[in-house]
This record gives sequence, structure tokens and C-alpha cells, in this order.
Amino acid sequence: MTQIAGRKTALYEKHVALGAKIVPFAGYLMPLQYSGQIAEHEAVRGNLGIFDLSHMGEFRITGPDALAAVDRLVTNRIVGTDPGQVVYSPMCRPDGGIVDDLLVYNLGETVLLVVNASNLDKDRAWIMERLPAGVRLLDESYATSLIAVQGPHAEGFLQPLTAAPLAELAYYRAREAAVAGVPVLLSRTGYTGEDGFELYVADARAPELWDRLAEAGAAGGMLPIGLAARDTLRFEMGYCLYGNDIDDTTSPLEAGLGWTVKLDKADFVGKDALARQKAAGLRRRLVGLAVETERAVPRKGVSVMRDGRAVGMVTSGTFSPSLGRGMAMAYVPGELAAAGTPVELDIRGRTATARVTPLPFYAGGTRKVAGKSGAATSAANQGPKGDAGAK
Amino acid sequence: MEFPSELKYTEEHEWVRVEGEDAVVGITDYAQGELGDIVFVELPEPGTEVARGAVFGTIEAVKTVSDLYAPLSGTVSEVNSDLEDDPAVINKSPYGKGWMIRIKIAGPADLSGLMDAAAYRTHIGEGN
Repeated sequence: MTQIAGRKTALYEKHVALGAKIVPFAGYLMPLQYSGQIAEHEAVRGNLGIFDLSHMGEFRITGPDALAAVDRLVTNRIVGTDPGQVVYSPMCRPDGGIVDDLLVYNLGETVLLVVNASNLDKDRAWIMERLPAGVRLLDESYATSLIAVQGPHAEGFLQPLTAAPLAELAYYRAREAAVAGVPVLLSRTGYTGEDGFELYVADARAPELWDRLAEAGAAGGMLPIGLAARDTLRFEMGYCLYGNDIDDTTSPLEAGLGWTVKLDKADFVGKDALARQKAAGLRRRLVGLAVETERAVPRKGVSVMRDGRAVGMVTSGTFSPSLGRGMAMAYVPGELAAAGTPVELDIRGRTATARVTPLPFYAGGTRKVAGKSGAATSAANQGPKGDAGAK
Repeated sequence: MEFPSELKYTEEHEWVRVEGEDAVVGITDYAQGELGDIVFVELPEPGTEVARGAVFGTIEAVKTVSDLYAPLSGTVSEVNSDLEDDPAVINKSPYGKGWMIRIKIAGPADLSGLMDAAAYRTHIGEGN
């Protein structure tokens, strides 16, 4: 038997029992898919899905100046938030390149940072080197599990399992709660574009919580969702994936994350570089590309061409289950970033045509941006204005 | 995973069923599982000559794309037209309804480079 090495989350045996295809991911053994990527993707868009995201990292920042210390490390505004607020933000290098994108939870006494599994060690070292005296980082990644429930039916599904009034928990807010009798940090966040919740729970209680959620969801057809569908769901929303669309060579301004960069706040790492870049104008921008050629699916690394010359590159590309065709996110020169601009893609030696298109690709998402259902206000949800992605 | 004993297998995860002068070709249960949900298949027209070991088509899944390699040389006599509208049948029935092309074999069938089911299992790491 071939043995693959990797950490197991507290829910690993659940995935094996469900017949998941297990793959190595960021040092973990994770479920790539259960019933099939398209079925899982469609279940989240139309109904309800449950995810094991326990590979993500969680750092607790403590000390009286925790909020200010984090504010100095990330581009978005943290000082001035109130307890219960969740903020999506890049964390930049002095040159403006992105170390990671993360969630910042103002939890009153402490600040919780949720980081990408692939950047866990890098982020921990980066942050610890930059904390002032009196502020500490406690790595809770290996004691914390994370279960997400996502889909238009998420609130109706979860409400019977908790006394917390979910209609009052707005998008990008979090609170302590008991769900199915298990204490969790309940967060109205997600990486799918649908309404949903992310539940941070102690490893020891995670299997019990998963079982209770699965039992409650069975009658309504809730499906377990793997990493493959997680990627097509986030892609359709135009949410960045670190290592694809953003990395330490890309700035948040170039990546369409300018709304997360608050140049009017106090000094933070990368502020000067980003201010200069903004003043000079962006030489390249991350855009969505809608492929016109039938059956052409661009993938990461595909060249974006204009008049036979390579001018950019695809950073994420896939067949979009909701749209039924290939789509791409790509960096293009600033002057080609306007919606409708035609470009060509060199896909395995064949030329396909595409046009720059606004993000998100998929407009029907039900996440409750600004307190309203996403689908009802899809115009307000176009592009990244105030609509966060998270991992 | 299934690997029918009457089929022969290639390193690139195609299967072939030799029926006299004809060979029917598809991809294995292992291949369809690795690819995930299949969304498009690009296959040659009947009459096209295919060469053993050369690419004869493409299979596109949601998350990845893969070339298809001819296990034998010959001329394509038939193409599974069901795959145009329902490529997912390859995932559900890789050896049956998911067959891809029928080839009229050129010359005597040279099966020497092909694996039997047991050797293929070892190839994908299932053997002892």
C-alpha cells in the first residue's frame, strides 16, 4: 500500500468513513472530494454543505496593545473595530508584497488571527518578530478545529441547534455560542459566496460537533464538501487564493484588494510602498477573464496575449460548474484591465479568445453583504468592494 | 477500484480491449478517479490514423486536463458520440458506456508493451 504522510485533522476518520478521496494539502491529509466535485459545488450553491477546514492556522494575540499591534501588521483597519468584528486583510512586506491574507477577529480581550495552512510557519515567525513588548502570540492551530456550513439554507439549518439569534449575527461578525451543546466561536464568514457560518471548536469536541451537524443536516440533503469544490466555489466569486492570485510579489492594490488597504490609518508594514504605488498608478491588475471559445479551459500559468505578444498570465483558471464554461483570473497590464477588453489565451498551443469581465463571475451568491441577501443586491456585490474573501 | 482481467493497460492509464482486428480504448477507473468530474472530451474523427504512444485526444476535468495516448497503431473506425453530451459517463462507467474510440488495428496487434490487470495494479501502487 502506498503511504502518504501528513497531519490528520480531528475529523480525518469521518472523511475516510464517508469514502472521501484523501490528498496531501499543506502538510495535512485532506478530503479532496466525497461524492464528486460538481455535485458538491452545486450542493453549496443550491442547498447546504459542510466542510472540514481544520488545516487553517489560528493565532491568538494577547496583551493590552494587541489590537494596535495587529493594526500595524496588516493593511486593513483594526483599531476602531468593536468586539465581534471580523476583518479580512492582507499582511504585507515593507515592499508591499503580500505575506498572507488572513482574518482578524476582535474578540475583546484578545485578537484571533486565522491564516492559510500553507503559510502557517511563515506567518507565525513574521508576526512574532514584529510584536512589541507585552504582546504575545499563542499558536492554537494544533488545538483548534474549524467546521464550515455554507449554502442558502445555512441559517435555517443552524438556528434549531443554537440559542444564539442568527438573524442578528451579521456578515463578518462573530460571537461565542453553543451549537448542538458544543462551545464554539461562531463566525458569519466563508469562502463560497453563499450565506454560512464557520465554527471554531476545540479539537476534542470537533468529532461530536461534526456528527451532530451531519445528523441534523441529513434530512435536508446536506453534503460533505471537499477541497476541490471549495476551490471552484471561491473562484466563481473571484476570491484570491494565496499562492495563485496573490503572493509576495503581488501587492493588494494590483490584486483588486485596494478596499482592504487603509492608507489613512497609522503606519503599518508596507504603507509607504503601497502609497507610492497608488500615486504612480498600477502597472498591472488582477482581472476576471470570460472565455469565449467553446470548451476552452484556461489553467494557472496560461499566457494572456495581445497581438501575438504575451502580456500577462493566468493565476487561477478552471471550468466553472455554475457557469458551465472555462474562466480565468489573470494579471494584465493596467491599460488592458477595463471590462470588455479582448485578449487571447494560449492554451496548450491553441489560441482561445476571452474578454475582461467584472468579478465575481457568479452573481447569485446568498452571503449577506451589508445585511441584505447577496442575490437581491447583486449589483452591490460586484467586485471586491466590501465583500471579503477568506480561506 | 476495478481493473477487468480481460483488458490490457497502458502506463498512461488507458485500457484496451482487443476484439480480433479491432481495439476499443478508454481510460481506467484509476484515471477517472484522479481526474475527477470530466466535463469535455476531445476525440479524433473516424478515419484518423493514430500511432501507438502518440496523443489521440484530450480529456478535460473540472480541475485538470490530460492527454490521451493510443495503446496501438491503427485507424479510428468509431467514436463514442454519447461523450459529447454526457462526458460524466466516463466517471460512472469507465470500462462500459465510457468507452472512447474503436480502432482498426494496423498490422498484427503488438500487445507486448501493454500490462495485464495485475501489472497495472502494481503500476498504480496497489500491488504488494
